[in-house]
Amino acid sequence: MAAVLFFVVTGSPGWPVTRKTFFSAHYAGEIVGPALRGLELNLELLLVCGVSALALALLLAWLRTLRGPVFLPVRMLTAAYVDFFRGMPLIVLLLIIVFGVPGLQLTGVTNDPIILGGAALTINYSAYMAEDFRVGIESVHPSQRAAARAIGLTHGQTMRFVVLPQAIRRVVPALINDLVSLQKDTGLVYIGGAIDAVAAAHIQAAASFNYTSYVVVGLMFVLLTVPVTRYADWLTRRMDRQRTQGGTV
Amino acid sequence: MTAPVLRFESVRKAFGEQVILDDVSLSVPEHSVTVLIGASGSGKSTLLRCANLLEEIDDGAIWLDGEDVTDPRVDADSVRRRIGVVFQAYNLFPHLNVLDNITLGPRRVHGVPRAEAERRAMELLDRLGLAAKAKEYPDRLSGGQQQRVALVRAIVSEPRVLLLDEITAALDPELVTEVLAVVRDLKEQGRTMVLATHEMAFARDVADQVCFLADGVILERGTSAQVFGDPQHERTRRFLSRLSEAGRL
Ligand SMILES: Nc1ncnc2c1ncn2[C@@H]1O[C@H](COP(=O)(O)OP(=O)(O)OP(=O)(O)O)[C@@H](O)[C@H]1O
Ligand SMILES: [Mg+2]
Repeated sequence: MAAVLFFVVTGSPGWPVTRKTFFSAHYAGEIVGPALRGLELNLELLLVCGVSALALALLLAWLRTLRGPVFLPVRMLTAAYVDFFRGMPLIVLLLIIVFGVPGLQLTGVTNDPIILGGAALTINYSAYMAEDFRVGIESVHPSQRAAARAIGLTHGQTMRFVVLPQAIRRVVPALINDLVSLQKDTGLVYIGGAIDAVAAAHIQAAASFNYTSYVVVGLMFVLLTVPVTRYADWLTRRMDRQRTQGGTV
Repeated sequence: MTAPVLRFESVRKAFGEQVILDDVSLSVPEHSVTVLIGASGSGKSTLLRCANLLEEIDDGAIWLDGEDVTDPRVDADSVRRRIGVVFQAYNLFPHLNVLDNITLGPRRVHGVPRAEAERRAMELLDRLGLAAKAKEYPDRLSGGQQQRVALVRAIVSEPRVLLLDEITAALDPELVTEVLAVVRDLKEQGRTMVLATHEMAFARDVADQVCFLADGVILERGTSAQVFGDPQHERTRRFLSRLSEAGRL
């Protein structure tokens, strides 16, 4: 299959030109330095946005567990947040924030495309992750909650010591997948003018009319992502095994 | 007779149209064992759940040590702290080892320092021959062992009354004995208990007071000898004779 594809591509009439514009050794050598410098920003964004999105998501999922009519508005607001930002395409959200916020000319609010782009990523991913957490929380059997309350734990303590530890364990693979996705999506911040790896590739491509830089940067992202996805897969398999073994609860 | 530890006063509980408990009154004296018997669906579990405020009653009152715990102003968590519960399905926390399962309540609810809580837990485990399992996770234990751990978890904070809901129903027959032996031991220690069970031989042996429930009403009550030896009510007689035919009496 791959071999067939390889011969189809390399045998195609446009291949000699394509090879030069996408796979030039010269341009590949030139982009590595700027791309790596740009990649540092992508990794920083991954770290900062990943951690903030996780924290925000946990808070959102927590708010959604609060019972009673008093908390109805809170539950509805968090549900609306999740639905809204999960439905909104990330690129649209990014464009709105990166170009909309500076347009408002608010004092004390940054126009830095890195921070604004990071905010968009955080908002978007917190919605996805909140949903992961919620699914995890709901997968914990109600009898666990009953047992915790029977001991005298409060609702908060029950969540903290009994429900969340079990829920989080179950959603770790899903969260890792989100982080992988986030890692790739940090490449979108170049839209606002932040110089990340993708932007570095873009600059070189625009200057040279050669697209090798995109290929190189793409491969860099792949190399970063593969180990993490492998790890997530391995973790998922291990947890499935554990769950079928320890069938109690 | 001493003042009752737990008292139900004309308790009524309905789920929608369906009346589950109808005008149930019951006194549980200190150091006594009350056994609830009755067909499946007669309301035994519901009665116990109401006592622990896991269900809200519709009418009547429940008194714990002279305090009306069904008063809406009463803090339910503080009531549950004084009541120990063991469930049919053990409901141990699967992410905590045996020792942590037992000490979670004392440490988080009663503010007992870790070392002290663990010392106390080990004492109780030792007594039940489970000291070697202290660091095991629940899924590595047999059902009987899990249920004995659940018993330790329920008594470690010295509850005023212990509620046991068919705690041997999920166990293989050969494991039932080891759990019932613990309950006998608890009776010897003078603990106040209310238990629902289908183990009639055991009920007969351990009960100070037997209540026969039918359709949410305590149809007959008395000492073990009275209810099992000389049942007054036709339905009690039928219930007991069906059980003895099935060889369970
Ligand atoms: N949450 C609920 N909602 C609606 N009906 C309920 C609920 N819980 C219990 N019931 C009903 O209440 C009745 C009494 O149930 P309960 O569990 O108290 O019986 P039980 O005597 O413990 O029976 P078993 O011996 O099978 O455990 C049953 O008819 C049951 O269907
Ligand atoms: Mg029951």
